[in-house]
Amino acid sequence: MKPRNQRLTLALLAVGAVIAAALLALSALKDQAAYFYTPSDVAKAHLQSGAAVRLGGMVEKGSLKRLPDGISITFAVTDNAASVPVRFKGIVPALFREGSGVVADGRFEPGGQFVAETILAKHDERYMPPEIAGAMHKSESLKK
Amino acid sequence: MIAEAGLGALWLGAALCALQLVAAVLAVRGDAQLTTIVRPVAVAQAALTALAFGLLIWLFVRVDLSVALVFENDHSEKPFLYRFAATWGNHEGSMLMWVAILGVAGAAVALFERKLEERTLLATLGGQAVIGLGFYAFLLFASNPFARIYPAPPEGRGLNPLLQDPGLAFHPPTLYIGYVGLSVAFSFAIGALVTRDVGPAFARAMRPWVLGAWIFLTLGITAGSYWAYYELGWGGWWFWDPVENASLMPWLAATALLHSVTVLATRDGLRAWTLMLAVIAFSMSMVGTFLVRSGILTSVHAFAVDPRRGTFLLALLFVYIGGALALFGARVGTVREGARFDPLSREAGLVANNLLLSAILGIVLVGTLYPLIVEAATDTKLSVGPPYFNAAAGPLALILVAVLAAGPLLRWRRDHMLPLLKRIAPAAVVALVVLVAVKLAAPSIHILSLLGLALAGGLALASVAPLWQRNLRRTPLFIWGMVVAHLGVAVSLAGMACDSSFTVEKLVAARVGETVAVGPYSITLDAVEPTFGENWQALQATLLARRGEGNVLKLSPQARSYWAPPTETSETAIHTALDGQLYTVLGKEGADGRWQLRLWWKPFVTLIWAGGALIAIGGTLALIGRLWRARRRPRELWL
Repeated sequence: MKPRNQRLTLALLAVGAVIAAALLALSALKDQAAYFYTPSDVAKAHLQSGAAVRLGGMVEKGSLKRLPDGISITFAVTDNAASVPVRFKGIVPALFREGSGVVADGRFEPGGQFVAETILAKHDERYMPPEIAGAMHKSESLKK
Repeated sequence: MIAEAGLGALWLGAALCALQLVAAVLAVRGDAQLTTIVRPVAVAQAALTALAFGLLIWLFVRVDLSVALVFENDHSEKPFLYRFAATWGNHEGSMLMWVAILGVAGAAVALFERKLEERTLLATLGGQAVIGLGFYAFLLFASNPFARIYPAPPEGRGLNPLLQDPGLAFHPPTLYIGYVGLSVAFSFAIGALVTRDVGPAFARAMRPWVLGAWIFLTLGITAGSYWAYYELGWGGWWFWDPVENASLMPWLAATALLHSVTVLATRDGLRAWTLMLAVIAFSMSMVGTFLVRSGILTSVHAFAVDPRRGTFLLALLFVYIGGALALFGARVGTVREGARFDPLSREAGLVANNLLLSAILGIVLVGTLYPLIVEAATDTKLSVGPPYFNAAAGPLALILVAVLAAGPLLRWRRDHMLPLLKRIAPAAVVALVVLVAVKLAAPSIHILSLLGLALAGGLALASVAPLWQRNLRRTPLFIWGMVVAHLGVAVSLAGMACDSSFTVEKLVAARVGETVAVGPYSITLDAVEPTFGENWQALQATLLARRGEGNVLKLSPQARSYWAPPTETSETAIHTALDGQLYTVLGKEGADGRWQLRLWWKPFVTLIWAGGALIAIGGTLALIGRLWRARRRPRELWL
């Protein structure tokens, strides 16, 4: 192999690897990316059951209930315009409470129930995840 | 006065940095007089930034509340360690640490680099100054850590409790030394492109610097992973969080660079590619800094949300990466072609390593940036999590491990299939035996975990194979380093596969006195009582765990409430056994007096971090070995 050719071969290999990686990445992204929805978005969108969803908003006051097994809860996520009931099994973050911000990662079951796999609450008193702040802001400006 | 002195030192450092750049440029162009001042200026500049950083630490330890940053992040009731570490537990302080490390790295090059050709060294120090100037500007104009407030408030706001952990004292500095240490490789590449001096001598000069930064990155990532594991209480050790990816991407690039620089040093091949990787590695550090420090991410690492800072960092990112790539494009044609090699050779194996690492890097980069780009373009918010990264990067990582097993058994320049197969055969047999045994023992195991265990077994043998038939006492230290680091990969991979396939998780609501079985343990909830610490109070569960007829172990997970700032966290309690960890988390109290408990038995999970430590130890052995060798050579290159 001539020197030029080897360099060219290596370059082509590298480009090939990058393209293969990108294709692999993009096809996986299509299936696996979880889109962020506010409860109002959920009401408008026709979500397929099983699709990964990130649901963000506030935990609706008076909606939090513990189920008899002691480890499952149900609550509603609201953006003051719409609300979505959520079921979750596990230990909620320490800062999870009614009236505070939450992001629930999960899926809609065939029956329409949203089942959260993980729950994120706002980190501390000074801090609110931008997604939640955005969702609240949006619904407030909608009401005006 | 201390804050003003710190700010003054910073401005003076910035001025010296500008001087360093001008002097380096003129010296490279032939001004003989200026060559003598570049090194001392680099050292003085580093001393000033280190001084500024030291003064900030002093302000934090003394809790000087007239400084805004101290007020925002410090609290007089905090233990000493956290007042000390709070210095970098915030945006401005961590950026100052960044700049201080950058300065010290440049000074280290000026003081200790003796193998590099003088003009290339001057150009390298010029490159270091260019990077420095941008980040000095960022500090002084957009992130001043020494800003005062008047009147001084009576008490500080305290540190985010998730950061109140001994890990804060070690993890960020370690990671930053790794991140910013890669700037040296970047500047070396700039220097080499400017003077067109790329060859084995250049590679041998660059290698210890890459190795040093890479060791710290490895340690930082390993420590960060363990920290997240026990602090978050989610039972996981890697979440593909953008901030984690921000540290993984420079590591992937640096690992590739470490291997390609060896090809350049040993066989004078991969010249242009090595320079490119050096540029990419530090570019990834800067991308990481942008992701973490711009405030566009939601995480415990994102201290501040200030759009000005994001824009500033993004501009720096474009200027540096774009500038370096432009220089690369302009000069790469004049870099001579390196030596050729056979498709079946050590070089080819290392090329495969580089391609796979680059592909994984690309996948992680795409997954990390995709949500940001989509949001910027369409205002749609989405997140990309473990399902994507595991599916896309997992198979490539396993192929990489297979290549890693074979690579060190390949001969330089040209190898032949049959002898190679003979050398690989024992490892392949081990892998196959493990594969069959695991499949029989656990038929429902996930394919990636199964292959991971099999490859880990094969790699464990293959990684020590280079020692076969060698006189162990005369084996060079860097060979030992390679063996230990590769063994570390096998150990870590085995831990990951065991954790993901054999973990037992129990989520229960238990009354006091109730007993739950988890894996080999039976755990009794003995009591839940209040307790307190220096700046927190907590509910603490007493769990009595017993394995068969063994001793009774006591674990005490807590649900903590901090009062400065008011925050609640959950503290895990972990028992480490030889064959795994018992991991316990206390949840909330139910209305009926039952307590939520989350219990895991994680077989061999500790191997993950033990492997990471082995990789770092291997790197350290290699570094010592290389430096030792260099010492014994005549120093004809030193003026």
